[in-house]
Amino acid sequence: MNKIIAFPQMGDYAVPVTYLLKHIVDAETLYIPKISSETIELGSRYSPDFVCTPFKYTLGTYIECLNMGANVLIQLGGGCRYGYYHELQEQILKDLNYHFMYINLVTKGKTDIKKIIKQLKKIDSKFSIIKGLYYFLVTKNMIKYMDKIDDYIRFHIGFEKEKGSFKKIKKQMLNSFSKTKGLIHLSINYHKYLKQIKQVKTLKKPLYKVGIIGELYTLMEPTANFELEQELANFGIAIKRYTNATYLLFEKSKKIKSYLKKAKQYIKYKMGADAADNIARCIELCENKYDGIIHIKSSFCTPEIGASLIIKKICHKYDVPLLEFSFDTNTSKVGMKTRVEAFVDMIEMRKENEKMLFRD
Amino acid sequence: MKIGIPRSLYFYYYGDLWLRFFEELNIETKVTPPTNNEIIKKGNALASSEMCLSLKIFLGHISYLDDCDYILVPRIDNYGSSNQTCTNFQATYDIVNNIFPNKILNYNINLEKKQNELSGFIKMSKKLNKTKKEIKKAYLNALKKVEITKQNKIKENINKLKQDGIKVLLVSHPYNSYDEVIGKPITDYLEKLNVTIIYSDLFDTKKARIESKKLSKDLYFKYSKENIGSIILAKHNIDGIIFLSSFPCGPDSLVNELVIRKIDIPSINLIVDDLSSDSGIQTRLESFVDILEAKHE
Repeated sequence: MNKIIAFPQMGDYAVPVTYLLKHIVDAETLYIPKISSETIELGSRYSPDFVCTPFKYTLGTYIECLNMGANVLIQLGGGCRYGYYHELQEQILKDLNYHFMYINLVTKGKTDIKKIIKQLKKIDSKFSIIKGLYYFLVTKNMIKYMDKIDDYIRFHIGFEKEKGSFKKIKKQMLNSFSKTKGLIHLSINYHKYLKQIKQVKTLKKPLYKVGIIGELYTLMEPTANFELEQELANFGIAIKRYTNATYLLFEKSKKIKSYLKKAKQYIKYKMGADAADNIARCIELCENKYDGIIHIKSSFCTPEIGASLIIKKICHKYDVPLLEFSFDTNTSKVGMKTRVEAFVDMIEMRKENEKMLFRD
Repeated sequence: MKIGIPRSLYFYYYGDLWLRFFEELNIETKVTPPTNNEIIKKGNALASSEMCLSLKIFLGHISYLDDCDYILVPRIDNYGSSNQTCTNFQATYDIVNNIFPNKILNYNINLEKKQNELSGFIKMSKKLNKTKKEIKKAYLNALKKVEITKQNKIKENINKLKQDGIKVLLVSHPYNSYDEVIGKPITDYLEKLNVTIIYSDLFDTKKARIESKKLSKDLYFKYSKENIGSIILAKHNIDGIIFLSSFPCGPDSLVNELVIRKIDIPSINLIVDDLSSDSGIQTRLESFVDILEAKHE
């Protein structure tokens, strides 16, 4: 039987993941459907009640993919209970009478290269390590380039002169990235699109600057945060976000020490998953005079619940407005919009007041 | 010097050891009273609304210890890479330290970084005003005594498996099983129904962790492993299983669901939050026991 691979949807990362799999294993990679309300509905129906939301989203995607013919499922896993999702998801899907192979890459927050190679050999017995390494390197660079471009866009999209310019270029870029021939080709393409992106005309200065911190899945998958970034951009706000695949896969282990140092006035230990990272980032955003901070997570995300108390304390100390969202599958987009609007109003009023003070 | 000890979370794993240890050192201790509604109310006011009930209760207990010089709050990270704790256990110290002005006595267990209990206790020596030697001696003495009591408790628990009548395994974290508000109403009621309760935490923990692989091969939460390992150790001698969690326990949300899908022993899954009513739970327990009795005959 032909192997057809599927994996969870997260931001635009399906592009590099599909690219990698296409080149290293002899198997078909499914075109992963975007997360829709049906995906969420499906995932919630078969998930335990108070599991965190990424479980429900990824389970929903798996069911859709299995219905489309997938027979190999890949889960990434992570440092908190995300690392244990796979065992229950596999059981739930088996109980639903699906037949498939399930591969989990990261358990206990650690990547075991040997284990991953073993898993890949399960998909394709002829998997070559040398070829695998080369394409891994290309993919790593692709992710880095994508994240760099995204960082730039996120900051500038709120005040582009002609609406939609950034999105158009990005779409072209992703399309060309997916057809990358090799390292050099990728690099040339990246610089080409970087130049185009930087040429996009923007108004001189953003109205306000806001930093978004929180739980990784909710940050990186736009449907999980009900397109919060788009909403902020509509208000002409520049956005700073630290968490992306580059950070989680390649930088976190090096950076965590300096984060703990930065946050040492508040915490002594890593508090699980990205809690300590977010506390340090909150301090950094406050120090850099951001106009507001938004802390988002999925409902029941234990590490971020702990962090939220401390984040509140920091924002209070620095007198920086804080908006918190705990997104669930049944969160209403209208409710989110209203709260964002009120938040922006408040930032605006504070700025006005500041100006008045200076005038006196 | 007086050390405050909250009767919650860690207390149910390490309480006996702590009390013995401080006794050996001639240091006064104060343990908070069993959880009551006042404690829950205080905890609720201090905690984030989404925190699990057990952690809310823990914070409530802390606020009873203002007259102490130090409050003991350890931080338990892991007992090796495949024996981790829930992230709340990794965060509690920092959470408490940020909410309360009180001075805190803290040690860290992180076997991945070779920080074990003894080295943790020794690190407390400065604050306790004792020499390292004194600490080590007190710790080892306390450990010896506590180990004997623990073995006896385990023996007693396992002996109950041989009793006649309806026997139920309570799969639950000890800080829930023995808590006055979470577990006690349940165990009291079961006793009233003449049901023998076997506790999941009172087994040979090492054996239980090994056996847990039969139900979940990749599980890496130490306390969850011990909980579900007890099912394998007891399964031939029990009539049913009661899963008890505090809302919204992270590890339990996945582990219990997986195990319930895999076992063929009658079970119910009780999830307690601060709004749960005793009568609602009692009705469920009563019908569960009815089913077990019908099967038993």
